[in-house]
Amino acid sequence: MEKMSRVTTALSSNTISGRTMFCHLDAPANAISVCRDATQVVVAGRNIFKIYGLEEEQFVEKLNLRVGRKPSLNFSCADVMWHQMEENLLATAATNGAVVTWNLGKPSRNKQDQLFTEHKRTVNKVCFHPTEVYMLLSGSQDGFMKCFDLRKKESVSTFSGQSESVRDVQFSMKDYFTFAASFENGNVQLWDIRRPDRYERMFTAHTGPVFCCDWHPDDRGWLATGGRDKMVKVWDMTTNRAKEIYCVQTIASVARVKWRPERKFHLATCSMMVDHNIYVWDIRRPFIPFATFEEHKDVTTGIVWRHQHDPHFLLSGSKDSTLYQHMFKDATRPVDKANPEGLCFGLLGDLAFAAKESLISSDANRKPYPGGDRRYPIFFFKKPDPTEQFAHVSSALTVFETDLDSNRMDWFVKTAQLYLLSGKPFAELCDHNAKVAQELKRPQVSTTWTMLRIMFSDPANLTTPGPNHNLSKLGTLPLMNSFSMKEMGSGMGTESRLERSKGDSRQDNIHLEPGNSHISNNNEENEETEGSDGQAEYMFGDAELDDDDLYSVEHDNQTEEQEYALPQEAFQLRHEIMDNPSAPEHLQQDKADSPHVSGNEAEVTCLTPIESFSLISISQPLYSPHLPASFFCPIVREMLSHYAEQGDVQMAVSVLIVLGERIRKEIDDLTQEHWYMSYIDLLQRFELWNVSNEVIKLSTCSAITCLNQTSTTLHINCSNCKRPMSNKGWICDRCHQCASVCAVCHHVVKGLFVWCQGCSHGGHLEHMMNWLKSSAHCPAGCGHLCEYT
Amino acid sequence: MEVQDQESLGRWDGLGSRDASSRTEAMENICQDVMRKVEAIGPMPALAPSPPASGSPPNSDLNDILAHLLMLSKRCPFEDVKEQCIRLLQAVQDLGVRIPRPLGNGPSRFIPEKEILQVSKVDARTQSIFEDAFAALGRLDNISLVMGFHPQYLESFLRTQHYLLQMDGPLSLHYRHYIGIMAAARHQCSYLVNLHVNDFLQVGGDPKWLNGLDEAPQKLQQLGELNKILAHRPWLLTKEHIERLLKAEEHSWSLAELIHAVVLLTHYHSLASFTFGCGITPEIHCDGGHTFRPPSLSQYCMCDIANGNSHANHHDDLLGNQDMCGEVEVLMERMKQLQECRDDEEASQEEMATRFEREKTESMLVVTAEDEECVPSRDISRHFEDPSYGYKDFSRRGEHVPTFRVQDYSWEDHGFSLVNRLYPDVGQMLDEKFQMAYNLTYNTMATHKDVDTSMLRRAIWNYIHCMFGIRYDDYDYGEINQLLDRSFKIYIKTMVCSPEKTTKRMYESFWRQFQHSEKVHVNLLLMEARMQAELLYALRAITRYMT
Repeated sequence: MEKMSRVTTALSSNTISGRTMFCHLDAPANAISVCRDATQVVVAGRNIFKIYGLEEEQFVEKLNLRVGRKPSLNFSCADVMWHQMEENLLATAATNGAVVTWNLGKPSRNKQDQLFTEHKRTVNKVCFHPTEVYMLLSGSQDGFMKCFDLRKKESVSTFSGQSESVRDVQFSMKDYFTFAASFENGNVQLWDIRRPDRYERMFTAHTGPVFCCDWHPDDRGWLATGGRDKMVKVWDMTTNRAKEIYCVQTIASVARVKWRPERKFHLATCSMMVDHNIYVWDIRRPFIPFATFEEHKDVTTGIVWRHQHDPHFLLSGSKDSTLYQHMFKDATRPVDKANPEGLCFGLLGDLAFAAKESLISSDANRKPYPGGDRRYPIFFFKKPDPTEQFAHVSSALTVFETDLDSNRMDWFVKTAQLYLLSGKPFAELCDHNAKVAQELKRPQVSTTWTMLRIMFSDPANLTTPGPNHNLSKLGTLPLMNSFSMKEMGSGMGTESRLERSKGDSRQDNIHLEPGNSHISNNNEENEETEGSDGQAEYMFGDAELDDDDLYSVEHDNQTEEQEYALPQEAFQLRHEIMDNPSAPEHLQQDKADSPHVSGNEAEVTCLTPIESFSLISISQPLYSPHLPASFFCPIVREMLSHYAEQGDVQMAVSVLIVLGERIRKEIDDLTQEHWYMSYIDLLQRFELWNVSNEVIKLSTCSAITCLNQTSTTLHINCSNCKRPMSNKGWICDRCHQCASVCAVCHHVVKGLFVWCQGCSHGGHLEHMMNWLKSSAHCPAGCGHLCEYT
Repeated sequence: MEVQDQESLGRWDGLGSRDASSRTEAMENICQDVMRKVEAIGPMPALAPSPPASGSPPNSDLNDILAHLLMLSKRCPFEDVKEQCIRLLQAVQDLGVRIPRPLGNGPSRFIPEKEILQVSKVDARTQSIFEDAFAALGRLDNISLVMGFHPQYLESFLRTQHYLLQMDGPLSLHYRHYIGIMAAARHQCSYLVNLHVNDFLQVGGDPKWLNGLDEAPQKLQQLGELNKILAHRPWLLTKEHIERLLKAEEHSWSLAELIHAVVLLTHYHSLASFTFGCGITPEIHCDGGHTFRPPSLSQYCMCDIANGNSHANHHDDLLGNQDMCGEVEVLMERMKQLQECRDDEEASQEEMATRFEREKTESMLVVTAEDEECVPSRDISRHFEDPSYGYKDFSRRGEHVPTFRVQDYSWEDHGFSLVNRLYPDVGQMLDEKFQMAYNLTYNTMATHKDVDTSMLRRAIWNYIHCMFGIRYDDYDYGEINQLLDRSFKIYIKTMVCSPEKTTKRMYESFWRQFQHSEKVHVNLLLMEARMQAELLYALRAITRYMT
């Protein structure tokens, strides 16, 4: 409260007002400083040294201190400071090593007062004592700090930084005798002005030069430092060891740092390179600037708060030759633009999600994460400060733990190993794969396989193999049976029609899968059936079903069909499930023309949630009594893309391989290649070399198959002379001996060659196995104890 | 051909191991290999009248190996390898095969071989650095050997160079070596070019590129301009140059790549200065480092003749020494005076400015070795275009070099941040290297001990920067005139601006009483100061482009 009253007295005499404004300087500025009553600002640089008045609407040039015909280097200022007690007194640090004081009260044009040329190198910083009128401190590149009494012609004391260049010196605001100095080697030293022989305290603050430091205006123990390592650090100096209490990581080296008046946790920084903005940070929130001023077009070289008790006005000078007054209310607030949500994956696949509480609170099911409270921003420890201007955002952190089983990629590995991609008739492959998926609790995938089978198998063929397999327990897929059973039931009446369709579709079948022997077998069977001209007879005769079996199967079928409808409702995935259940059924039922049709149709429509599709599929078969497999291709293509996009490239590739020619032309080569590559890459990451090899072999893309053609050469060294075998053949061209001789039979090994990695002797696989069964030593007699595992 | 390269690569690998037994093993393999080759050739070479260069391919292959063995026998930091190589060479010779012998004496033409090689034997630290370098590269180049006088610096130098060439960076390996070749070729430094041509091929560079810049990718061709300007007149570099490189559509450079390239270019420009300044001789196993001809009667070595050095020079020196015998003392006296009288005669600001300008202009007029038009060696010139573009051209015309105020753009404040931002860690390494070179001192001068040489070092550093128009506000350029005499200035000037013209006479005529190690120290200063000056100009242009 005491502080506040003082502020009001300070401000009441001369209330500050203004707006964001700027003026062009003639030359780049190096430093700026403001007089105590905040009405004037001095700008200093290599070619500029002027005083501007701060008026309501604009800057007004008051005085040019750079006078004389030949501007001397003494005017080339690295730093400038306006005395905070004596309003006529200014000091500059010149790049040639001079420290100059200026008295504005002088009547002549040249206001230069004193000139100290004691430093040998550039003076980086000058600093007046905050309360003592005549005391001036300077820090130079030559590694010395000097304290001047302005009433004397020479420095009164010299402090040595041991030949490390001094970048900044700052008197403490509260301790009369203390000042801090920052160095090019990263150190910060504290000195007592009365003891020039030795520093009081030293600590390493940054890696690389510390460009600036600033004492907190209110808190006696806090020192902020900024360095080339892009950090701003706040040190608590009250303890025995300087303790780093806050650290802000910026994006460029920090050239200046200034505490914001009246705001305990705010400080302003500007950078020396690359970044031209001025940032005001809340040090408790070090990841995002509290406010940003983005007006400058080149690096900002000097920043100063206009009045030491007013936090709303910031002045800055820049290399772009402008002087700005920034109003705090005009600053951009990066916080507003920041994304209030955060998302992160944990090591084990956990997913953490943080968002504004207001956004999540509507979700009633949310369970608060036990550790979440810890995550609340630190400043909630303190009771909210009225001056605190950050919006109080409380975020909620949610952690989604995926249950371990589904999280693991076990299913991927198992699926990869168990899937059959070739070597059996198409339908069997589908059945097998569907079963595999079912066992791994992936009903959707399983269903997809089943449907694929239905779509692409010849409907007529289904009649025979379906029940057959069911009986032999090869595939317990009741769905399959359901169709065959129905067809059978209906087919009784209309044999002739069925036969025709059978014949036609057989033709299709032959075209589609010329290589599939099993199916052609089926076709032969069909031919026989045609000859026998008795569908029912064939069914019973061949499959040996009796009525009971039929019933039981049909029963299964119904329950299964209901189950099978469930995923549709749950996921509403259109393309893979959509008309699959309906289309084949209708196809067959239309063909059959049985009384079942109407009832079944109704059943199907009510089961499929996506009516538009089911309608299409219903209407379609009405025109063509038998549906060519190619009818499904667009759908399947869509489905494969869907799987691939969902990340299940395994499914996409497996289907691609199993369907082979049926679908291949539908999908452009590049996409196929892309899928293959992704899948192969995945397989190899899981070290499923065999599967990956099989996939490569089965792929039809030339780009993939050639993968197997690369790096097929194995370079070997001759076992005698240890030189690489460059020639083809069995004889080393250097030592003219046969390489790779079997150690047991002493014949050249042509074929599988196994050798001990310890002694490098080896031979025919069988010989070695036999030998090592009986003996532990190497057959070559080298005495090595070989092992065969 | 490539197979052979790889094969021979593997051959020498084992020798770099710190483990003595694996070295022995590798050596044995080599022995067998060489013997086999020798047997395969039979007794033919001894009788064959044809010069070895035109020998059949296996023969030249053997010769390469023999040359490499010769190099190892002279340069390998491991004594055991050294001895075995000597023995093996001897054995080969006994079989009637002609073995090579090194051309030139030791790593440097200027410094006696004995003095250089002694270093590693005395100092354990140097020895271990050498071993590391050998393990990393499979060779110990002459530059490292000469730098071995200053192990602290050498360590920093090798680390930086290793990082620039081998470690993660925006440019691919063969690009890096090619840029090195481009930069070295600018100064016709055949030593560095040869070294990097080998490396370039080893990392899989396209041999076609070596036919000239025209054969290299468009992207590298564009770098030619930057290379030229940086090497000779860095102050002319503007942001437009940078822009042209960065905005060239498909051939454009990224900022990070450009920084890498700039660092490489400046590194090799200055390294070329060092190479010439210390008279580094070709590597023994490279072209021009060895010969299969029997020693002729004449004792001249080839390179000495090419550079106009004859043995007569040595006699001159002896005479000269007597005249200059008080040189060191005079120099020390002056330093003392400068230190004391500093405050007495306070020069006016105008005076200071004129002093800088005078020094700058004078530095232009310092006559570099005239009349000794260096013969560019056979194939170096094809690596760069516009060979006539050099420092000399404009200095004669009296072109004005604009002043660059270091207070406005310094390495510590600005350059470092930019480099480190775009090419992480390199800023740090360069910073260390600069500081190491600038602060290196043993507090000795010639035979005198406990001398503060900071003033002298600063004068040298600032004089070089002055030649590039870089001015320190806080330096009195009058000091330079006091501390650096004319012959020294000539040497500096030649080394920095047209290093290919450095001669042994120049090397010997400055600071006659100083030790060789001190002269190498001066060379290090020159090299780093030059590199920093070039870097400052390049980085300033990049900064201007970015803002």
